[in-house]
Amino acid sequence: MSAGNGDGLADLQPVEPERAHANGSTPVRFDPNAPLLEVEHLTVEFKADDGVVHAVDDVSFSVTPNEVLGIVGESGSGKSVTSMAILGLLPKTARITGSVRFRGVELVGRKEKEMQPIRGQRIAMIFQDALASLNPVFKVGDQIGEAIRVHHKISDHDLRERVVELLDLVGIPHPRQRIDHYPHEYSGGMRQRAMIAMSIANDPDILIADEPTTALDVTIQAQVLEVLERIQDRTESSILLITHDLGVVAGVADRVMVMYAGRQAELGTVDELFYESCHPYTLGLLASLPRLDRADARTKRLHRIKGQPPSLVYVPPGCPFHPRCPAAEVPGICDHERPAFRVLNGSGRRSACHFAETLDRAALLAPEEATS
Amino acid sequence: MLTYITRRVLYSIPVVLIASFLLFAFVRATFDPTAHLRSSRTAASAIKEERKRLHLDEPVVVQYWDWLKKAVHGDFGTSERTHEDVFVMIRRSLWVTIQLIFWGILVSAFVAISIGVYSAVRQYSALDYTFTGLSFVALAMPPFWFGLIAIQFFGQDPKNWFHLQNPLLYSVGLHGGGLTGFNMDYVRHLILPVMTLTVQIVAGWSRYQRAAMLDVMSADYIRTARAKGVPRRRVIFRHGLRNALIPLVTVMALDIGVLFGGLIVTEFIFSIPGMGRLFYDSLLSGDATVLVAWTIVTATFIIAFNLLADVLYGWLDPRIRFS
Amino acid sequence: MSIGDEDGAAVHTEERFGHEVAVEQGMGPVELIPEAIADVELAHTAEAVPRTQWQLFRRRFFRHKMAVISVAVLVALYVLCFTAKYWVPFDPNKQNLLLGPVPPNGTHWFGTDELGRDQFSRIFFAGQISLKIGLAVAVLSTLVGATLGAIAGFFGKVTDQLLMRLTDLFLVVPAIAILAIALKRFGNTDSTIILVLAGLFWMYIARIVRGQVLSIREKEFVEAARAAGASSPRIIVRHILPNIIGPIVVNATLAVATAIITESTLSFLGFGVQPPATSWGNMLSTAEGYVGTDKAYLLYFPGLAILVTVLAVNYLGDGLRDAFDPQSEKHT
Repeated sequence: MSAGNGDGLADLQPVEPERAHANGSTPVRFDPNAPLLEVEHLTVEFKADDGVVHAVDDVSFSVTPNEVLGIVGESGSGKSVTSMAILGLLPKTARITGSVRFRGVELVGRKEKEMQPIRGQRIAMIFQDALASLNPVFKVGDQIGEAIRVHHKISDHDLRERVVELLDLVGIPHPRQRIDHYPHEYSGGMRQRAMIAMSIANDPDILIADEPTTALDVTIQAQVLEVLERIQDRTESSILLITHDLGVVAGVADRVMVMYAGRQAELGTVDELFYESCHPYTLGLLASLPRLDRADARTKRLHRIKGQPPSLVYVPPGCPFHPRCPAAEVPGICDHERPAFRVLNGSGRRSACHFAETLDRAALLAPEEATS
Repeated sequence: MLTYITRRVLYSIPVVLIASFLLFAFVRATFDPTAHLRSSRTAASAIKEERKRLHLDEPVVVQYWDWLKKAVHGDFGTSERTHEDVFVMIRRSLWVTIQLIFWGILVSAFVAISIGVYSAVRQYSALDYTFTGLSFVALAMPPFWFGLIAIQFFGQDPKNWFHLQNPLLYSVGLHGGGLTGFNMDYVRHLILPVMTLTVQIVAGWSRYQRAAMLDVMSADYIRTARAKGVPRRRVIFRHGLRNALIPLVTVMALDIGVLFGGLIVTEFIFSIPGMGRLFYDSLLSGDATVLVAWTIVTATFIIAFNLLADVLYGWLDPRIRFS
Repeated sequence: MSIGDEDGAAVHTEERFGHEVAVEQGMGPVELIPEAIADVELAHTAEAVPRTQWQLFRRRFFRHKMAVISVAVLVALYVLCFTAKYWVPFDPNKQNLLLGPVPPNGTHWFGTDELGRDQFSRIFFAGQISLKIGLAVAVLSTLVGATLGAIAGFFGKVTDQLLMRLTDLFLVVPAIAILAIALKRFGNTDSTIILVLAGLFWMYIARIVRGQVLSIREKEFVEAARAAGASSPRIIVRHILPNIIGPIVVNATLAVATAIITESTLSFLGFGVQPPATSWGNMLSTAEGYVGTDKAYLLYFPGLAILVTVLAVNYLGDGLRDAFDPQSEKHT
């Protein structure tokens, strides 16, 4: 294998691609002309003791090649469940409806065996807690190598070279030594880099990064994000960046989707969302960001979104955000009618607010007066 | 690592000595080895002579100390019951017990791990419920009762039904008259005691393995392996089982250590002349010399396997380092 | 913007999922199980009806059907055994040598032994001793073990060292050997059997409780209480006791089972209850001689009595464990 970085796997033989349908299941045929990833009306529910948990409720979006789509939301907003539903990683108790199409191939309802050639090869995933996500009893290098080995025939020597390359690529110093270390011997930032190396091992078309920086120190966060950006430039993968941190999204993403209570709240480019948001929830999130660049940063209190996110068993009727929304018309349309996730302009900008067009942004963004 | 082991061994020596001394003193206080002379006509002088011969006239601490001094040099003394060399008796019994343990553990480990993994992977399946129910029943049975029932159901009943000369599975000893070595006769003797031994062990271990496996299978790194596209079988065995075995192996080592002196009931029912039977016979006759040596040997095994458990844990889990 | 850490935690696994849901059902800010506390902050239900700890405990216990059945079985067993003299069909000790041993039939449901004694009646009388020993040993060893274990765990130092070194001595010798020797020495009336068994069992409970106390002592909420100036007795009663009561009760239950099995084993080997007193264990000791003969039925019923009792006790323990633990698996 040549020493070329990034795309050295093109000449490798895939591991028996036919195995997946040896038992009569449909062969996986990707259509290169079909959209990269289309999610339509995705709904995920779990049965609980006192009702049904609506973890993801009618979510639709698409990912185009080479773009970074940020998905932003609080705990329980359904962003992680959405990403796991794409790869079919949810427990069997999950009831999944709707559609997830990758290059024209439907992924929802696909058997475990049929998902294997897609996972890690076409769509790869990076998880939040790298320490917990790496197997403690195997060397880091072996774990990265396994990601390649399950999809490609490759000699031990070539595999090792390739893993060293990958470790080098994500910026791990002394990769030839580090390859034989165990996860607990790595620092937090290095572990997350190793996770990234594992996920890009097969040059996937889509990289799902689920809170890749949340567990890290702020300085390390920046480094890891930089690695992600560099990888993306180089490999032309699309990235689905899941985070609760608007700051992360602002720096990296092309488009942003905001989720609340398992539903979509708003979708648009980074600029549209940050400067012309059409949803009170997004505006609330923006207003609660600490802004050191503003003159009144020291005198004004940070904005707080009042109340708590709702239980996913008892989602409020109408707009799920209405109990916490400063602009809500209650009683009225907001607690009676579920807002559609409407298209607002020709470029695919969407919002799920009844008053998306008429919101008083300035008022909603205004910080509270300090009261102490 | 080496210092850790040394420290543990050094700590264990007084524990074994004190435990064996307590037992020795206790047995001396309970039994009178000269009791059998009481009925004879020359009782008074005979007892006195015998007491002197056995050093019973000295304080119990001195008796123990004398015994220990010789034991360090390999002389475990003579049995007060059979007048045989205690070292030889223990060695002979130990070999028998080790055979039982070896086969018992081999079968138990295989069955328990299989059941544990299956039950965890197919949690709440019909078979999982069946295994769970069976293990509850097995744990609720007195081990000796299961042994007796097994003799009845698998040994005697088939013999009566089919009018056989001998039962297919024997229930006395490890060999028929005059036979030795590994042969069909040995297997036919071994099955029932090993079954008795195995049922309880499997019940415990399989529950443990199931819990460990369930725990591991919900770990984040299992999700990572699946997200990499690792086939299910490989996820279960390479990523899951490898991690779930760590706690089980520890428990196995601890349990095996206890078996060296803990097979009293099994050996009693099946008349197997192992360590348990030796203890039983010696206790009935108050044979303190054998009992003290027996205690030291069994305690040493328990401690050694405790240590082995720790060492294995460190070996299987790279995160553990001994300081 | 501050948002809780893990988004998808609720759906990683069925167990963890069930747990989150259980928490959402309104675990109030009461410290029963420490893990639950961290999650209370994440629980976002104002709508669900809050329930008391006791109600939650009961609800989880009653969901475990086998445990509920077991309680009924155990109550029935204790009542039947201890009222045996009022209702059993035959005098358990009345010999009928002319009758001799007969297999189970319409008159003698469980058959008779070689002395013509009715086995059905004998089993319920024998149960008195077995059940009494089981319960007494569990209560006694739990009281002593939990107290000493908690003291050792909380105050540490000398007490702790003493406890650990003492128990080390007894853990290096198989329990059945220690008990057999002790019974040889102290005789084998009911009360000495109880005392000897409890004399060993308390150590296991003490070590478990010590371990629990040690780990809880290091938990944040105890440190917080300490930092807030709470006294030691207050910390023990308010913070530690509620957290170890579960393991203590569960282990006490399991001690009943272990004691019954141990008693029967010792009696079987001839070290426990001696004739003419009857326990299930020494009924089996007599029956051992009939293995392989046409009187093998004498073997079945005392063993089944032990099996049913211990099975019920273990299921009860299992149910209690689940009921005390909000993270427990769900039983349908």
